[in-house]
Amino acid sequence: MHLAYPAVLSALLFCTGLYGVLARRNAILVLMSVELMLNAVNLNLVAFDVWLSKAARDTLHSGQALTLFTIAVAAAEIGIGLAIVLAVHRNRGTSDIDRLRDTAEGHEDGTPTDGAADEKAEATA
Amino acid sequence: MSPLTQAPHGFLSPTGVEIAFLLVGLVTFGAALVTVTTRQLVHAALWLVVALGGLAVEYLLLTAEFIAWVQVLIYVGSVVVLLLFGLMLTKAPIGRSPDADSGNRWVALAVAVVAAAALVWVVVDAFRTTWIDLDGAAAGSTKVTGASLFQNWVLPFEALSVLLLAALVGAIVLSRKAKAESAPPPVNGRAVTGSSPSVTGSGIHPIEQGGEHGSKLVSTRGSEQGSEQEGAR
Repeated sequence: MHLAYPAVLSALLFCTGLYGVLARRNAILVLMSVELMLNAVNLNLVAFDVWLSKAARDTLHSGQALTLFTIAVAAAEIGIGLAIVLAVHRNRGTSDIDRLRDTAEGHEDGTPTDGAADEKAEATA
Repeated sequence: MSPLTQAPHGFLSPTGVEIAFLLVGLVTFGAALVTVTTRQLVHAALWLVVALGGLAVEYLLLTAEFIAWVQVLIYVGSVVVLLLFGLMLTKAPIGRSPDADSGNRWVALAVAVVAAAALVWVVVDAFRTTWIDLDGAAAGSTKVTGASLFQNWVLPFEALSVLLLAALVGAIVLSRKAKAESAPPPVNGRAVTGSSPSVTGSGIHPIEQGGEHGSKLVSTRGSEQGSEQEGAR
């Protein structure tokens, strides 16, 4: 198989996820786009690992091992990310990223941990 | 090491594997496009299933079968279900929501198109004469993957277990704190929150209930991930 097929497909999927991350407004849709980007990277890793495992003499199958690690990290990321989004939604009543602009709570008794969670949600987003 | 093998290959005579890869790739790419452009939030999650399943088929075509089944188990099986639960718990509107895309959509589209053009050009130019040899033994069968994982990658694998444990504990802590907070309910600033413009005024109580649901769900979700990771091992 030509190596350009999986490489081009993964580039296109990555840019699709990039558009989704930049253009979406709901935090959960942004997380979905992040998943698309991670999957594009995984496809690249697998394709190049298959190529190198036949081309080079002995490899450590590092591409496939890294793919498995990436999948596990993505599962952890989506769990924590959704927990943060739910916490933000509980505190603010919205998961709309455009309206989550301030890192502090709007009123005076906001605990700093809430602000930290919100800030992390925006960083994740 | 001679990766550029003898070249009986040609652009104009694609093999069957290449045609299958191209067709499944088109389906995957189309599903991904619909995922990032549709205005119905639940449909986005369901199209994401199509995209991730198509990627699993691509892994199978690349003879990486173990990763294909891990992809089906973890992504299609758990991540999309978690996303659907997240949509449900944040009270995402069913049906067409007009504000799914933010105002900087066209800037984002320009950035994505430019990045896609640059990446595709570079990749095609770099790997124009490179071919994957798919004959012979599968490069990613369970035996090969397990051997390399447990001979060469044991330490990162164990570190990954610690990471999953940390994620599990983190999810539980994130939800537990909210539960303890909602225990003395009406006194603190939650009532004041009603005056804040960011809170939809209708529901202190539904949000609270959703929160408790959410915390339970998060805790079960953590254990589910742990067990699934056990399965993936």
